[in-house]
Amino acid sequence: MSAGTEKIDVTVADVTPVNELVTRFRFVRSDGGPMPTFSGGAHTVVEMQDGGRTRLNPYSLMSDPADRSGFSISVRRDDAGRGGSLYMHTKVHQGMKMVVSNPVNLFSLDLRARKHLMIAGGIGITPFMAQIKQLTAMNGNFELHYAVRTAALATYADELHATHPTRVHIYHDDRGEAIKLERLLDGQPLGTHLYVCGPKGMIAWVRKSAEELGWPREAVHHEEFLAPASGKPFEVKLALSNKVIKVGENQSLLEAIEEAGVDAPYLCRGGACGQCETDVIGYDGKFLHNDHWLTDDQKSGGKKIMPCVSRFEGKTLVLDR
Amino acid sequence: MTINFNDETFYGDFTFRNSPKAVQRFPFPFPEDSYMYSVNLEPHKSYRPGSVYERTFDVDEHYVAEMKDRARVLADDPLRCQSLPHMTLAGWDLVELIMTAKAEEYPDLFELHRDGDRWRWINRPLGIDDTFTFLDETTLPYGPMEYITRQTQGDFAILDQRDDNLWMDAGMVTTQADWSLDFDIGMNFFEWHAPVPKAHEMGVFVRALKFLLNIQQGAPARRLNWTMTINPLLDTSPENYHKWGAMKQELTAENVGRMMHLRVELQTLFRLPRSNALVFPIRCYLIRLEDLVTVPKWGRRFHRVIRDLPVELATYKGFVNNRPKIVEWLSKYDDGAPTSPGIWPD
Repeated sequence: MSAGTEKIDVTVADVTPVNELVTRFRFVRSDGGPMPTFSGGAHTVVEMQDGGRTRLNPYSLMSDPADRSGFSISVRRDDAGRGGSLYMHTKVHQGMKMVVSNPVNLFSLDLRARKHLMIAGGIGITPFMAQIKQLTAMNGNFELHYAVRTAALATYADELHATHPTRVHIYHDDRGEAIKLERLLDGQPLGTHLYVCGPKGMIAWVRKSAEELGWPREAVHHEEFLAPASGKPFEVKLALSNKVIKVGENQSLLEAIEEAGVDAPYLCRGGACGQCETDVIGYDGKFLHNDHWLTDDQKSGGKKIMPCVSRFEGKTLVLDR
Repeated sequence: MTINFNDETFYGDFTFRNSPKAVQRFPFPFPEDSYMYSVNLEPHKSYRPGSVYERTFDVDEHYVAEMKDRARVLADDPLRCQSLPHMTLAGWDLVELIMTAKAEEYPDLFELHRDGDRWRWINRPLGIDDTFTFLDETTLPYGPMEYITRQTQGDFAILDQRDDNLWMDAGMVTTQADWSLDFDIGMNFFEWHAPVPKAHEMGVFVRALKFLLNIQQGAPARRLNWTMTINPLLDTSPENYHKWGAMKQELTAENVGRMMHLRVELQTLFRLPRSNALVFPIRCYLIRLEDLVTVPKWGRRFHRVIRDLPVELATYKGFVNNRPKIVEWLSKYDDGAPTSPGIWPD
């Protein structure tokens, strides 16, 4: 049994360029059966066979959660990234066979909310696409504030605004428009939940503002997937499987463990969910912790590492894997 | 495959019986000769044809009688079934999960016909043939969770997932081992487990919660839990303790084999897709000790487990006062021979 997520064999049904940076991909089941339903905010992990290497990247599902004919994701091309988005943009074509995971939701709606206030930046719009479809079907109360760089790069803004003209508000950076966050957060009815997905700085800004304005922690939700950082290559000993592996410059520790044929648990592959937490048996060097999971004490304690995003520099690292 | 459904009762005259076939497939919960808590979760995959692990929701000879017993308990105490307002979607998730699984795995007993949102559900053992609109509560005689759990053996707790915790925000609980939905509703995972001895110190709940929060769609899990019950009572609730608690005094050296029952819960866990909630079905299997010891391995092992159980656990499970009588009776079925590993009969 795979330590990660249950897998689905799919065929790429459509590849649709949305704008200069974003392309949408539609997956249907290769056996013709229905896809699982899911909850808005869920992601799927897409497996990419890139040369001799398997990439596993999480992408938010943006299609209607109740639509069982297929899954859609939107991928923003990142020319400076590790190559997953470039693979999707340049190698994936209609009719291609791929493997995706069952949906996993680490950014779900709190269904107790009287109102859902959503703040999106850039490609962070994708989980909200599915949540809005889910809420629309349930007659849910929501409001979206969506910051984009330019009208040309405003992914799905026209579609969202046309369908929900009173609920959707678009802010264009190049026109000097900005979300008036303090006023927005101050004017919300009791029972409102706040959701934010976008660049790191935006998430920090929204969470900090909400905290300063006295929003309960439980009413503020965010989704932040980190791409694993590149770094210097390093060597790791896997004690349980008795293997020494090399982690390449553009490879995560988790990917290197998997490449060595060792089954390691994971869910988000972005330093958020805690599933891949691994015990350190011994080390001589310095950890580069990049996750949101371990506490500061754990990070300085040298006993735990999150191999999906974190790295190591030094002489030796021995893991309990 | 046909099942002959028993006409039997779980109260009053207690006519509940296990057929020899039901004894052979009983989920004996002890893989070794001693017992201590563990998280002991494994994937809920089809395993061992004929066993209670074969199907997603096991249907057995007690089905019809158990559903009658549930209706009787609910008529006396409607608060055994509760669903907070935000849990309705999870109730529909459960309708879909159970109906699709039963129709696929027991096609001679259940049928589901879907035409878009228009669903027709046929339950032959209970004589039900209903057509309704999926996600429209007004088209069912009860809320969705209550509707389907009145037709499914086992208790059901539906747990909302938020703030890195699980919250008991809905459930159907009529066959419980002395806990109360009405008391626990709205509590989180640590709150409702507060009465369990030893496990907190062992860190069992922190590890278990972490596992549960990560249960995924398409990858359900299961475990067994157990206790002991006087008479084949499905409803051993705190609400009715005044009715069944006193029965513990009636145990004698002569009636142990007939009156004392091993009560095993097959607990499963499924991620619900639309609501992202977890459903926790707790299916109760009862067997009287007379029937249990017809499997020699089980007689030997059960004697050793009960004899050596830490006193806190015997107290928590509610049989510490009767333990000497039970151990004395079971000792006749333990010749000291070694037992084979695992839970299955030799």
